[in-house]
Amino acid sequence: MPRTVPVRLHVNGVEHRLEVEPRLLLVHALRDNLGLTGAHVGCDTSNCGACTVHLDGRAVKSCTMLAVQADGAEVTTIEGLGTQEQLHPLQEAFWNNHGLQCGYCTPGMIMAAAALLAENPSPTEAEVRHALEGNLCRCTGYHNIVRAVLDAAKTKGATIQEEVSA
Amino acid sequence: MTATAEPHVGRSLRRKEDPRLITGRARYIDDIALPGMLWAALVRSPEAHAKIVSIDASAALEHEGVHAVFTGADMTDGGPLPMAWAPPGVEVRNPEHWPLAKDSVKHVGDPVAVVLGDDRYGVVDAAELVAVEYDPLTAVTDPEKAIEGPPFVHEELGTNEVHRWTLSGGDLEQGFKEAEVIVDRRVINHRTAGAAIEPRGVLADYRAGSLTLWSATQVPHFLRLFLALLLGMGEDRVRVIAPEVGGGFGSKLQVYGEEVLAAWCSRKLGRPVKWIATRSEEMMVCHQGRDHVGRARMGAKRDGTITAFHVEILADFGAYNMILTPLIPSLGAFVMSGCYKIPAVQTDIVGVFTNKCPTDAIRGAGRPEATHYIEVTLEQLAAELGMDPLELRRKNFIPREDFPAEVATGVIYDSGDYDKTLDRLLEHVDLTAFRREREELRSKGVYRGIGFSTYTEICGLAPSRITGPDGVGVQAGLWESAMVRVHNTGAVTVYTGTSPHGQGEETAFAQIAADRLGVDPSVVEVVHGDTGTGPEGRNTYGSRTTAVGGEAIARCAIKVADKARAIVAHKLEAAPEDIEVQGDKFAVKGSPEKGMTLADVAGAAYIGDVPEGMEPGLEETTFYDPENFTFPFGAHACVVDVDPDTGKVKVIRYVAVDDCGKAINPLLIDGQIHGGVVHAIGQALYERVAYDEDGQLQTGTFVDYALPTAAELPSFELDRTETPSPVNSLGAKGVGEAGTIAASAAVTNALIDALRPLGVTYINMPLTPMRVWGAIQEAKGGAQ
Repeated sequence: MPRTVPVRLHVNGVEHRLEVEPRLLLVHALRDNLGLTGAHVGCDTSNCGACTVHLDGRAVKSCTMLAVQADGAEVTTIEGLGTQEQLHPLQEAFWNNHGLQCGYCTPGMIMAAAALLAENPSPTEAEVRHALEGNLCRCTGYHNIVRAVLDAAKTKGATIQEEVSA
Repeated sequence: MTATAEPHVGRSLRRKEDPRLITGRARYIDDIALPGMLWAALVRSPEAHAKIVSIDASAALEHEGVHAVFTGADMTDGGPLPMAWAPPGVEVRNPEHWPLAKDSVKHVGDPVAVVLGDDRYGVVDAAELVAVEYDPLTAVTDPEKAIEGPPFVHEELGTNEVHRWTLSGGDLEQGFKEAEVIVDRRVINHRTAGAAIEPRGVLADYRAGSLTLWSATQVPHFLRLFLALLLGMGEDRVRVIAPEVGGGFGSKLQVYGEEVLAAWCSRKLGRPVKWIATRSEEMMVCHQGRDHVGRARMGAKRDGTITAFHVEILADFGAYNMILTPLIPSLGAFVMSGCYKIPAVQTDIVGVFTNKCPTDAIRGAGRPEATHYIEVTLEQLAAELGMDPLELRRKNFIPREDFPAEVATGVIYDSGDYDKTLDRLLEHVDLTAFRREREELRSKGVYRGIGFSTYTEICGLAPSRITGPDGVGVQAGLWESAMVRVHNTGAVTVYTGTSPHGQGEETAFAQIAADRLGVDPSVVEVVHGDTGTGPEGRNTYGSRTTAVGGEAIARCAIKVADKARAIVAHKLEAAPEDIEVQGDKFAVKGSPEKGMTLADVAGAAYIGDVPEGMEPGLEETTFYDPENFTFPFGAHACVVDVDPDTGKVKVIRYVAVDDCGKAINPLLIDGQIHGGVVHAIGQALYERVAYDEDGQLQTGTFVDYALPTAAELPSFELDRTETPSPVNSLGAKGVGEAGTIAASAAVTNALIDALRPLGVTYINMPLTPMRVWGAIQEAKGGAQ
């Protein structure tokens, strides 16, 4: 067997003790070892951002970091952001504004946006676009993603049941 | 439907799909694992063209956790991968294409061996230990050189030509004879990647004579058929499931070697086998799109009347024919008349093999290329005539009263109102203000331009009598199925043979069924993408899902409603023709209080309280094959700024007015247009799959292959007109590809408009800073 090392990860408020290969990527530790499949892998060069999670409150690309580097850290994934019963304002805003289509980039997009709003609660459109530069989406053309982030910033997630577009 | 209840169709309902997606609880292919599962990794060719001399897997087999290594020589059972286009009277050269290369490799990434083992990382390590000796052959990557050949990609063919195919109508020679002005342009539609953010993957589980296969595919039903044929199994023993699929854009409309290989390995080893592509693999082997070298000639009289349009296309198919490769450029030929009344139109297509990744359908599939030929050439003609490009368009538009309109090639456009969409566009675009701004910016050294694209496209693929073996030559009927099941409680499950993967049809289809059954869309569940449930289907591509699949659901729901009306009539002692859906009830006309809910009806149906001779239960199946295609259309405008010192182009404004017939859910339509437009802006400005002359891929990752990001793009301004399609009862046309079909021409025309003061009158995509700057320098040199 390949050599393994112990790692402690606090993920979404729960402590996990793992024995992992030193080369195991954080995203694979989350997905394959902990069954948290919300973070996705879309590339192998840190471009797409589908794997974005929070590490001690900062957005990181979990495909670009080893699980051992996250030893002892607090990790938040999309599964820890909100629940079906109590959605996070960004989740609600993505839903209301049709900010997703196939949904593959969405967890990473929402986590990147959450990091932005934590730092800058009232961003301009240009600031939102700049902040999401590291997250690729092929479906939406980003239009409704940007709208969703601005909406979340404005409404803090007040539910709009139906929205009629132009 | 009475005035008391608004129909659900037409409302911007937020999506039923989203709760699982926004909480990270959706299940994509790589989220699925099975007990005893093995991982597969492929050994791929680093050579673009070579003979395989030897493969030594001994070191890989000794690697810890490795169970087996197979090569092409091991796959003695089964047939080559399918190509499903056989146009009557046309020879299409179709060399064998195997899941693992047998004697030679034809492009970088061609698979030569598969390694199976316990661990995701371990199989990749082991794959690197497989020693393959190659005898390199000369590669050919330039289609214009390839068509001259040798060298030949497939030596046994003695040519690189795949086929020749022409669609023409009217007297082309006469048309050009009558022309007083002819523009003749070399038009490049360069090679692009589908680049769905989810890489492909497959999980095959062969047990006790049956195969269940999960794949990130758009076409589970096609895949089941070909897996059964290639593995020599009954279709009843093969179940294909498309789980949540992370985007397709045509790149997952395929029967891929990896899918067949995973199934074959699972049967061979008696274990589930999973393969997940890396992005680097996808850039090498996931089928790509476009790659035309075209020549477009448009002739007109001085007054702007277009007399002839001729397009010659050299289409680079890469190394093999995939499932529909040679058909793709032909889809463009069907709409080569664009929105215009042109007496003579001809498209000549020559397909050619090169040592590159195969091409096939990518969003728009032949039609973005066609629009680019038409709309760019038309604005070139306008400049040549000294005429306003919009005036030239209006002069040649097929008038609204001509619909259904037969164009020169014999294709019949279902409905259209091109002046209306253009009028609406100009309500949003103030050309006087634009010109003023342009002058102001010029003094600051910024060059601003505006370009247009008025397009029509062909979608809603069906109709089988035209697309099928005796018609265009697709070896399948392209109808669509639906099954509507009302449960005991009145909840509804709709099974569709389409396989949406992000478009939102779980919501749109629920709206369609809900209106016809007197229920809320929230109690209508839409099931798709599983050949083990519901009837045979024809899947999702070609903007067909709503226009064909949605109509099948509408018709099926009406069948259910008809049975419900008979049951209600029986229970209320009324005549069935006097019962209609009124709000949430099947009620007697004029007496809305006298009625039954769908739950009441289902209760009666399943308890057997039905009219004499009627079967119990409340469930129906429909197969729908339309009479014609549908033809969405629209008018787009793009404004760009160019920095002449760097050649950098920025899209400042993008305004799109689209008409996809009757809107089922406007929110979803807008989303499709946004994404479609950006796909084409990507092609026009940023994206290009590049190979060097030895066939080495230069754009092997998302570092080198530049997808547009949020930071490069503006927000979009959209509007819509609704010209119903007469083809189906919904009046719907389809919208999944429209934005991509329209936009590359609008961007290119805008750039040329911006560059004219600098002496640049024409330029081909991709409009990268280097190319734009180079064109400006060349024009300066020419002026000296």
